[in-house]
Amino acid sequence: MRSRLPVVLVLPAVVGLAFLLVPLAGLLIKAPWATLPAQLFSTEVGQALRLSLICASLATVVCVVLGVPLAWLLARSDLPGRGVLRALVTVPLVLPPVVGGVALLLVLGRRGVLGQHLDQWFGISLPFTTAGVVLAEAFVAMPFLVISVEGALRAADPRFEEAAATLGASRWLTFRRVTLPSVMPGVVAGTVLCWARALGEFGATITFAGNFPGRTTTMPLAVYLALETDPDAAIVLSIVLLLVSVAVLAGLRDKWISGPS
Amino acid sequence: MKRVLAVAALVLAGCGSPAPAQTGVSGNVTVFAAASLTESFQKLGKEFEAANPGAKVTFNFAGSSALAQQINQGAPADVFASAAPANMKQVTETKAVTATPTTFAKNTLQIAVPKGNPGKVTGLADFAEADLKIALCAEQVPCGAASRKVFEAAGITAAPDTLEQDVKAVLTKVSLGEVDAALVYRTDVKAAGEKVEGKDFAEAEKAVNDYPIAPLDKAPNAAAAKAFIDYVLSDQGKKVLSEAGFAAP
Repeated sequence: MRSRLPVVLVLPAVVGLAFLLVPLAGLLIKAPWATLPAQLFSTEVGQALRLSLICASLATVVCVVLGVPLAWLLARSDLPGRGVLRALVTVPLVLPPVVGGVALLLVLGRRGVLGQHLDQWFGISLPFTTAGVVLAEAFVAMPFLVISVEGALRAADPRFEEAAATLGASRWLTFRRVTLPSVMPGVVAGTVLCWARALGEFGATITFAGNFPGRTTTMPLAVYLALETDPDAAIVLSIVLLLVSVAVLAGLRDKWISGPS
Repeated sequence: MKRVLAVAALVLAGCGSPAPAQTGVSGNVTVFAAASLTESFQKLGKEFEAANPGAKVTFNFAGSSALAQQINQGAPADVFASAAPANMKQVTETKAVTATPTTFAKNTLQIAVPKGNPGKVTGLADFAEADLKIALCAEQVPCGAASRKVFEAAGITAAPDTLEQDVKAVLTKVSLGEVDAALVYRTDVKAAGEKVEGKDFAEAEKAVNDYPIAPLDKAPNAAAAKAFIDYVLSDQGKKVLSEAGFAAP
């Protein structure tokens, strides 16, 4: 027989759950359901939704390709000043996203430190482009991936890696065949977090990439602007975004994170 | 300490009964004002406090439509100063405001270019140029609606690269040099200082924006609300507003 759940844990857990779900319920209750199908199939919403999904996914790819090695570096190398680096990596978490967007403009904008050379030498201008949206989302979302992968790496038993090394495996082979499989749940969780954060990104995106339908207007931007004139439409748009993200995450969960590991 | 107590007593007196006539108004007055009024209203607020010892002005600056929504959701404001009659209408429709709003200022659009005018923008016609980077307000916000009016009046199809969520975001893009030209309010060009240059254009007259102000029906401090509105409408108030680039109503 299972022992009774301790009240001291269950009570705050239930309050926490309610705290997260009640605002959501508010959205659902207030939603003008009659207009939902029309909104769902309007071209603007379709366009914004498609752009959101593409950009969030591309941003997640960027984050995984750069973030997993970064997490490994922070967890496993004996780099001097690792603690400071670790703190710096989390800066985009603390920074108001709008400030992150301004920072990106200052570096990659047309007059930015690097951006002016990109513009002069290659004719590349990132602000107001879809690539800019991907960059802005990756900037804000990457810390989520790095932190969860790094946490998993630090919790993983290093003796397996040492064993692999004593058997003659190179560090790269060890990373691929031993380290990465052992921290896979952390990588998956980090990737999911990262994708979800990128999907909901607003501040850095609108500041760095601007807002132009079909090019940089993602769902959160469309929601914000709808709120200015038509709060009902904004609620419907948020629900569309919510349903799609929950569907994707639930689908992935069944596929990749099957049962407790 | 004595002063603090005296002020506290004044505040309490202000809450319970009509303000004593000889000391003017007292207590806290909460003003919800459009973001474009930030600089001028902060100045007016300080002057109002100096003229009415014991009164304290608290501002909530945001986009007019966000403020209207907050008021309709029951935010405890005394005064609402909107950047557009449409947003004032949102609160009169719900009877949060039943007094007749007074227009206290007018604002017109101006072409904003980064210092030095790198895109060599001379007039509204340049906004149709695809090679130039152009920022406009989104049509859902007042400055975007005004921009559409002037382009319609001029018969120009603008080719914007971005439709920003508010006028200050447009201004940021101009002052950072990310865009060659934008349409913002004259007052925003003034507030931006020397990083941004403003250029007048004839069609601006087609989209003059009225700023209405009104007390709220449920104002916690009705006497101070009236006094603040009177101050905004006074000659001194007009002076501060015209210094910020607003035209008189």
